Amino acid sequence: MNQPRDLPLHELPPDGEPVNVSRRRFLLASAGTTAGALVVGFALPAGNARAQANATPAAPGTRVPAFLEIRPDNSIHLQSPFVEGGQGIFTAMAQIVGEELDADPARFVVHNAPANEQYKVMDIGIRITGGSMSVRTSYTTMRRVGALARHLLLQAAATQWQVPLESLTTEPGRVVHAASGRSISYGELAPKALDLPNPPLDTLKLKDEQQFRWIGKPLARLDVLDKSTGRAQYGIDTQVENMLQAAVQHAPRLGLEVGSIRNEAEVRKMTGVHSVHRLPGAVAVVAERWWNAKRAVEALQVDWSDPGPAPDRRYVPADFSTEGFAEQLAKSTAAVDEAETEGDVAKALAGAKTVVQVSYRSQYLNHAQLEPPSATARFNADGTLEMWIPNQAPEMFQAAIAKQTGLPPEKITIHSPLLGGFFGRHFLYETAMVFPQAIQLAKAVGRPVKVIWSREEEFARDTMRPMAVVQFRAGLDDKGLPIAIEAISATEGPTESIANKRNKIDPTALEGLAGKSYQFAHKRIGQRFVKNPPILGYWRSVGNSMNDFFYEAFLDEIADKGGQDPLDVRLRLLQGNERLTTLLKAAVDLSGGWKRGPFTAPDGTRRARGIAMAKAFGTETAAIAEVSIENGQVRVHDIWEAIDPGRIVNPAIVEAQVNGAITLGLSQVLLEEVVYKDGARVARNYDLYPILPPQRMARVHVKIIESGAKMGGIGEPPLPAVPPAVANAVSHLTGQRIRSMPLSHYTFKA
Amino acid sequence: MELQINDKTYQITSDAETPLLWVIRDELGMTGTKYGCGLAQCGACSVMVDGEVLRSCVMPVGAMAGRKVTTIEAVSADPVGQKVVDAWVKHQVPQCGYCQSGQVMAATALLKQVAQPSDEQIAAAMVNLCRCGTYNAIKAAMHDLSGGTGAPAAAASITPAAPVSADGMNKTAVAAAAVVGVGAVAAIQWSKTQKAKAGKEQA
Repeated sequence: MNQPRDLPLHELPPDGEPVNVSRRRFLLASAGTTAGALVVGFALPAGNARAQANATPAAPGTRVPAFLEIRPDNSIHLQSPFVEGGQGIFTAMAQIVGEELDADPARFVVHNAPANEQYKVMDIGIRITGGSMSVRTSYTTMRRVGALARHLLLQAAATQWQVPLESLTTEPGRVVHAASGRSISYGELAPKALDLPNPPLDTLKLKDEQQFRWIGKPLARLDVLDKSTGRAQYGIDTQVENMLQAAVQHAPRLGLEVGSIRNEAEVRKMTGVHSVHRLPGAVAVVAERWWNAKRAVEALQVDWSDPGPAPDRRYVPADFSTEGFAEQLAKSTAAVDEAETEGDVAKALAGAKTVVQVSYRSQYLNHAQLEPPSATARFNADGTLEMWIPNQAPEMFQAAIAKQTGLPPEKITIHSPLLGGFFGRHFLYETAMVFPQAIQLAKAVGRPVKVIWSREEEFARDTMRPMAVVQFRAGLDDKGLPIAIEAISATEGPTESIANKRNKIDPTALEGLAGKSYQFAHKRIGQRFVKNPPILGYWRSVGNSMNDFFYEAFLDEIADKGGQDPLDVRLRLLQGNERLTTLLKAAVDLSGGWKRGPFTAPDGTRRARGIAMAKAFGTETAAIAEVSIENGQVRVHDIWEAIDPGRIVNPAIVEAQVNGAITLGLSQVLLEEVVYKDGARVARNYDLYPILPPQRMARVHVKIIESGAKMGGIGEPPLPAVPPAVANAVSHLTGQRIRSMPLSHYTFKA
Repeated sequence: MELQINDKTYQITSDAETPLLWVIRDELGMTGTKYGCGLAQCGACSVMVDGEVLRSCVMPVGAMAGRKVTTIEAVSADPVGQKVVDAWVKHQVPQCGYCQSGQVMAATALLKQVAQPSDEQIAAAMVNLCRCGTYNAIKAAMHDLSGGTGAPAAAASITPAAPVSADGMNKTAVAAAAVVGVGAVAAIQWSKTQKAKAGKEQA
């Protein structure tokens, strides 16, 4: 795997032109161990120039040969528009396409498709793997890919047997002519079938859901064996012929540049060193082997120059600290931009029996995916550039590389390997990219170069989940019931941080404070924009990852203040909302009935439970956590979570994703925080930036509700309800309000 | 030097100080063993040395002379390793998969030493990090592999500073937990010997 292609995409047939499969060049991997493996030449539309010379380009998701190849051995090779990074999307895509193709998903071999317009299959007209959007935005289009392919196979069989197409049916992997008892495998038919012209798309009927054979079933994942035996290949494993490897040392602060290197001559003489290089904001050593490059680059003594701040430069001042920044957020007097208003909050608060006014805060977080980022660049003799890059958006990376190199996009091939975890890490982030370094170094040394960031470099430059300080006010009536809520968050959203400009309110800043389903006659949700010196990123469940913590913990706080039970308050605020009432009750039932505690467990520990809800990425969730205190720290024993994504494709993968999201939610609320001092990050590895270890994991119980509502996301939605469920349980158990994360900052007594 | 990996002997050209991980990955081209942290924090680089699990990212290859290294590439050649792989598939353990080579090696090493580990022994030995959150799936697979004789999983005590807690474990569990530390001790000893040697040469 990860073997170079020898056929640049721009040599492939132009868009719309029929392709003879027998003439198609199938490419075989060169290395012995991977001979016959998955490098294949799919029929792709050409680049822009030639596509424009042709008639209307085919709409995304309509060129079957760009997606499917069925081999003589009946294996089905699918080019997935979405990258696999643990969320199970390759398997889900095989289920969706296989359902309509009438082919067993277990026969699929799934690849991450190259950069091309044909793969922009999302109903929002783009291609990214993110926002828990893959299945829900491409479901119909990817089903249609399968249905189109099945139709073409039927068409080819009808021609071969000289029978009407309507007289043919399929069984998994075969076309059947019942009248004559004949049947033929897809593998035999495919060379004559998949390049036939499409039928009119509006005549194509998709299956009735009642007939589904694979969608909705807990099918085994396609990648589990390879991932259990070390055979799965990630970006960091990329090996191309004649390749050199590089390690980098970034400036201690973002925005500094290389001044002089004091010991370059000595370092050049170190074992295995090929050359020493100056990069924007970093130095690099290129060597035959990465360990030698790393040793050497760490030995470089660099005098960094400080060009000072400028409006268009990402720059972290020497006195920047997270402690100071939290204070700045808390004291912000920036104008409030309102995202959501209802009724008259000021008036309602003035007339309330009780007003609760408190502030909450969140912390910066690393993505901390286990695979350190890397990029491999190779300039080919024909003027093309090939890149192997972990990424969540191939076309966007291709465009960025075109901008950097001046090459036209069609001369840039993006290989997107499996991701060793991502959680939002692999979007385009100006100051956290490896590929510009790989390109610069490959150009400089005239050979392919793989750059790997050490864990320390990754934790110095990863983009972070934002910090926020939220000022809450709520009014309670004379019965202690909440009647008005106001939440003003001093923060910056990742989207506006990445763009480095503010236009209007960034939805990713406030989601989870705005968009809650609780009925308040009076509410006001707004943002005070405070610019962060470092660049922010999308972190699993994005704004919801912190905003539901704030909101749901504050909701418990005002319920307590009014002498209300937190479950009762939620049910009351959701009156008339059948979907969420059902969901909330499902979580309660799953946990064996609402039992807030504190109570004494059979093992003698004092415990309590907390509850919280979240709506994120089109999916609704409710979670209950049970906690105790052990050695002054929080032990989370169980999480019960009910999730309603409307409809699903694979319940086993959903359950695995709920487990994963809960893990990250627990990790965030219990342990994680990026701390800056003197303009630099304190923790550069897992020793000082602990992530949830196995002994802190909770038991997980999942209830999936398919309410039939519009399909929502899966990967991110189960996270946001977890931190507040834990915080609410801890508050109840200890009597201490939890208004910030992580809980490792507190010392508790049960 | 000569290095024995997966029952083959290789002539190694890397410096003796080079961590075993990078010899395996870069010099021998076997990429199943992963780099995660370089500090023996995460366990993605776990291999077996003479049947014991070891974090190869901090182990100088020079310390491996005369020892037998087993990597994930050979896991299926070991009957216990194959059982672990089968359980991983049955329980659909991996998500992104990046940490799983190390998890499978840690599981194999434990089961080779203790055929039917208790839940406490499993908790003591299975300490590698997983960012995707496959911990419960790993626990289920291990429970299955251990014959499911242990009591329902009791959580280990919270010890934020140390990856392994030996508190309150029985003797076998302590032995299993110590396995993780074996590599570090060997590395320190090796490093001291090298320094002593270098000192003598200079003198």
